[in-house]
Amino acid sequence: MSDASTLNGAAAPSGTPSGTPASTAPRDFLIGKSRWKPAEFAFWAVAVGALFALPDRHLLLNEIAILGLFTLSLDLILGFAGIVSLGHAAFLGIGAYAAGLLTKHGVSEPLTGLLAAGALAGAVGFLSSFLILRGTDLTRLMVTLGVALIFHELANRLDWITGGADGLLGVAPGPIAGLFEFDIFGTTAYAYSLAVLFVLFLLARRIVHSPFGLSLRALKDNRLRAGSLGIASARRIVAVYTLAAVYAGIAGALLTQTTQFVSLEILDFARSADALLVLVIGGTGYLYGGLVGAVAFTLLKDGLSAITPAYWLFWMGLFLVVLVLVGRDRMVERVRGLLARAVGRRA
Amino acid sequence: MLRRQFLAAAAVAAALAGGLPAQAQQVAKVGLVLPMTGPFASTGRQIEAAARLYIAQHGDTVAGRKIELLVRDDTGTPDVTRRLTQELVVNEKVSFLGGFGLTPLAYAAAPIATQGKVPAIVMAAATSAITEQSPFFVRTSFTLPQATVVMADWAAKNGVKKMMSLVSDYGPGIDAEKSFKDRFTAAGGESVGELRVPLRNPDFAPFLQRVVDAKPDALFVFVPSGVGAQFMKQFVERGLDKSGVKLLATGDVTDDDILNDMGDAALGVITSHHYAAAHQSPENKAFVDAFRKASNARPNFMAVGGWDGMHVIYEALKKTGGSTDGTALLDAMKGMSWTSPRGPVQIDAATREMVQNIYIRKVEKVEDELHNVEFATFEAVKDPTKAAKGG
Repeated sequence: MSDASTLNGAAAPSGTPSGTPASTAPRDFLIGKSRWKPAEFAFWAVAVGALFALPDRHLLLNEIAILGLFTLSLDLILGFAGIVSLGHAAFLGIGAYAAGLLTKHGVSEPLTGLLAAGALAGAVGFLSSFLILRGTDLTRLMVTLGVALIFHELANRLDWITGGADGLLGVAPGPIAGLFEFDIFGTTAYAYSLAVLFVLFLLARRIVHSPFGLSLRALKDNRLRAGSLGIASARRIVAVYTLAAVYAGIAGALLTQTTQFVSLEILDFARSADALLVLVIGGTGYLYGGLVGAVAFTLLKDGLSAITPAYWLFWMGLFLVVLVLVGRDRMVERVRGLLARAVGRRA
Repeated sequence: MLRRQFLAAAAVAAALAGGLPAQAQQVAKVGLVLPMTGPFASTGRQIEAAARLYIAQHGDTVAGRKIELLVRDDTGTPDVTRRLTQELVVNEKVSFLGGFGLTPLAYAAAPIATQGKVPAIVMAAATSAITEQSPFFVRTSFTLPQATVVMADWAAKNGVKKMMSLVSDYGPGIDAEKSFKDRFTAAGGESVGELRVPLRNPDFAPFLQRVVDAKPDALFVFVPSGVGAQFMKQFVERGLDKSGVKLLATGDVTDDDILNDMGDAALGVITSHHYAAAHQSPENKAFVDAFRKASNARPNFMAVGGWDGMHVIYEALKKTGGSTDGTALLDAMKGMSWTSPRGPVQIDAATREMVQNIYIRKVEKVEDELHNVEFATFEAVKDPTKAAKGG
């Protein structure tokens, strides 16, 4: 919402004769929007710092990084192009199985597996994107859900390839680029996942701040109007959906490589639903929503389920209800206000 | 951003606070990784209740070590199982792992048990191949072929000539179908059809119609425990209970945990399994009474797996004199024998599987409750899959 208003605000003066020349204004606007903010530096500093400060928690951090990448990919289509999906786990699963099978049958170098998994998931994403071009949100929910169910059943049926309900055994990835061996503490795993997440995040950040990214937002806000402005909506949706599928596939491959196991559960409906929940917690459309949400979601889940293994879902549910009732924005504003006051007092 | 920093700080504080106490007395930690929420929550709850009951009855100190039980919820998700077992081994330095509700969950944990050299007690999952995935796996539940092969033997000996089978279409179901058919045809019987139903939201009606048409002497069924109730309902709705087709199944179908809620539809079903809450022995009576008192529920075969798992852990510690060296504990477990609530059992030293009695039971009403009442016993049954391989 706020982005749309700043867009209008910035665009208006450029049209008036007293404004800056029209040729440079949009460029400045885009560059201004993509400038790094201090909070962003802080976020990544903490993420890297955790590698050294929390040696006991690398396994959990690894899970957070992978969930973060998966929800980042969902955010690309939901937060920027307005496509709701209940079947995003399909691409996670395709990537996971692709990486697992590749590792099992000889190509054990993880980076190669990552690229192959991303490419395969992207190809499937490209093909299935044509299914979601038409229809309303509800149709899309059903179509994406259906696609995910089909892949779940395929993985179940093709048990001589996938191992079926028992899962794929014997996935033993070699050292990354022939140098870094996976260790039992999860240190390599976290460093690896974080590095992949960071590179893909940079790419996503570049893309959403490009003219292409802006045109996606226009599509999200009003597809009809965007169309009459000359934005080819179908091609853009195909492109961003394919990109998101590549991201999800890579997240799946990371999961397989760092846990050395894949099973049917990776294609479960709960995976897709969790990703949406994470975005509810973290917010959509500013790229960090998936990451912040993944941190909060995983830590909450881990903390609560360690305290009360049987009833943690209740507390999780309560938290989500409160979050939705109070509103995330209001909570963030309150915290920001307190912070500002604390800083003001000190100065 | 702020929230993340806060949470990170909180995590550091929690880690520091958690690491300090309980070092005074020597501790042996037991980490149970179980599905405590989700569709398989009842597995986790039964096992946890049984493990806590065992500790309450036998004291929490063995061979000078205080037993500390850590229970983690893996929600039935293999990558979470893997992370939790890994954390239990690396951070908590557990001396034993345990639990593992489903086959893929056990598979996911296998490399950790091997790498960490920590004995891992499989208390639930029943696919035969699990114990081959890590030399540190020891199983206190059962293998599905143990139950199915016995059912086939019993059917062949009791005048059943024409069989049909109906199984859930996934790994264990297909194993059950195969081991039943092989054994039954080897004994001279005839299989007139194998039906596979989808694992999720099955509608049994069309399959049962084919059973009605084929008119076999008996129908052999394997479905995972929760689905059993659904199956029984449709079996009766189709009138198959009155058609003279005998219903034979593994004990999963008439799971003690849900049997009583199935209603009279379940009466007369014949099943084969290693444990029934109605098993007649002083050990079992004490176990069932204590379990009912502690958790207000009837123990099922999951609970007895958890109970015996704790027994194996206690006895192994006694044998090693409190040493928590993984290999020594494993050696202590191999060949161990005792009297469990389910009857006499032994851990096969070669395969690390249970050698146990398999009972043939019939669902009857006992004191207004439905129970699996045992009427025939096949003694000291080994896992047939590994026996066939010469293991």
